Amino acid sequence: MGTKSSTWTSRVSALFLKDFKSELRTRYSLNALVMFAVITLTVVSFSIGMFSLSSKIKSSLFWIVIFFSAMSGLAQVFIKEEEAKTSTLLKLVASPESIFAGKLLYNLVLLLFLEIVIVPLFVIMLGFSILNFWLFLCVLVLGSLGLVCATTIIAAIVAKASVKGALFAVLSFPILLPLLVTVISGTNLASEGASFSQGLRDLQILFSYAVVMFVASFLLFDFVWEE
Amino acid sequence: MISLEIKNLAKSFGFRKVFEGINFSLGEKESLVITGKNGSGKSTLLKILAGLLRPSKGEVNINLDSQIKNRGERRKLISFASPDLSLYDELTALENLEFLAKVQGLDFKPDELNKKLDEAGLKGRGEDQVLSYSSGMKQRLKYLFALLNEPKILLLDEPGSNLDEPGLFLLDNIIAEQKKRGILVLATNDKREIKYGDKILNLDQQGFSFIS
Repeated sequence: MGTKSSTWTSRVSALFLKDFKSELRTRYSLNALVMFAVITLTVVSFSIGMFSLSSKIKSSLFWIVIFFSAMSGLAQVFIKEEEAKTSTLLKLVASPESIFAGKLLYNLVLLLFLEIVIVPLFVIMLGFSILNFWLFLCVLVLGSLGLVCATTIIAAIVAKASVKGALFAVLSFPILLPLLVTVISGTNLASEGASFSQGLRDLQILFSYAVVMFVASFLLFDFVWEE
Repeated sequence: MISLEIKNLAKSFGFRKVFEGINFSLGEKESLVITGKNGSGKSTLLKILAGLLRPSKGEVNINLDSQIKNRGERRKLISFASPDLSLYDELTALENLEFLAKVQGLDFKPDELNKKLDEAGLKGRGEDQVLSYSSGMKQRLKYLFALLNEPKILLLDEPGSNLDEPGLFLLDNIIAEQKKRGILVLATNDKREIKYGDKILNLDQQGFSFIS
């Protein structure tokens, strides 16, 4: 038998790397995420045309694109395990905690990759100016963390449902509403060049939201994952 | 010393009762064959023993050196292989085994895993994606997965399904090894596989018979 040396983190990284490798070969989520984001962005850009929009509206549009792109891709992390019938195998070999942490990490990396694609496109296509870049970056990272914590546990719930369809977006919307309101406000402040201290309130809310969602999801996952 | 003790086990799906009142205990180097007609609950019983399903009533206790093991600890002691179990088709056989070992906290070198693949009759196919495997090859790979942690309790559902003659010979060896190492429970309706058990539990009659 092989030596027993793995720590909890190496088990989580094994789960993450498995999903990452699998994604590179199947493009199960990545294509859906990127295509949805680019198409939405193009449609928004064309529909606005020559109109000049306020930074508040641009911030809202930015997060609408992120939200719906996330809805189209992040749920797949558990749905593909159920559809490929590999969830039984996972249950046999890994603890619910390490599975959740691995899937959460994978979704976070996927979302951050999506944002790396969307942000420059949004800036170019909609003339979105970011006057306080570091505040924007903090809002983006904390917002993504909260978004991923909430959507990963919802993805696990939806994967068990017989009718998956629109359930993910329907369940996610009320849970993500406070997060969306705050990220839009924070992004607007960063866009207008507000100082870090002016955006601190939004950052505190985003941080608290991410912590609460992470702890709640972590505790709930065991009940969702097991029969 | 390992032991498996089942007390008054029952399982229902909604209003449909699958089985009830199952009691048995197995000690080290003992083996049980579960038989019964289709739908009698053989696979369901194995899944309950594997911790994949919760029983509607009753208990499954696993004792190692007189200590009852909790759910997390049981995962390290039990392995389960079944035709229903799916491996990751998009990964190669070697990647599947590497992942399944790492996630269980086992550290194998690629050479060691390649050697295991050779022994299972999958020589030269370790770098192929599992989606290109036949059902018999997948079954062999599932056995390799099930044996990675050298389980104290091995649960096999329809173990001979999809296997050719060399595959059945491999299965004979796996079962002989397991009988030396710990406990073996298998579910089958194949008369050739009944010989693997010391005890037989027939779920149709809910009674035991013993093979001398």
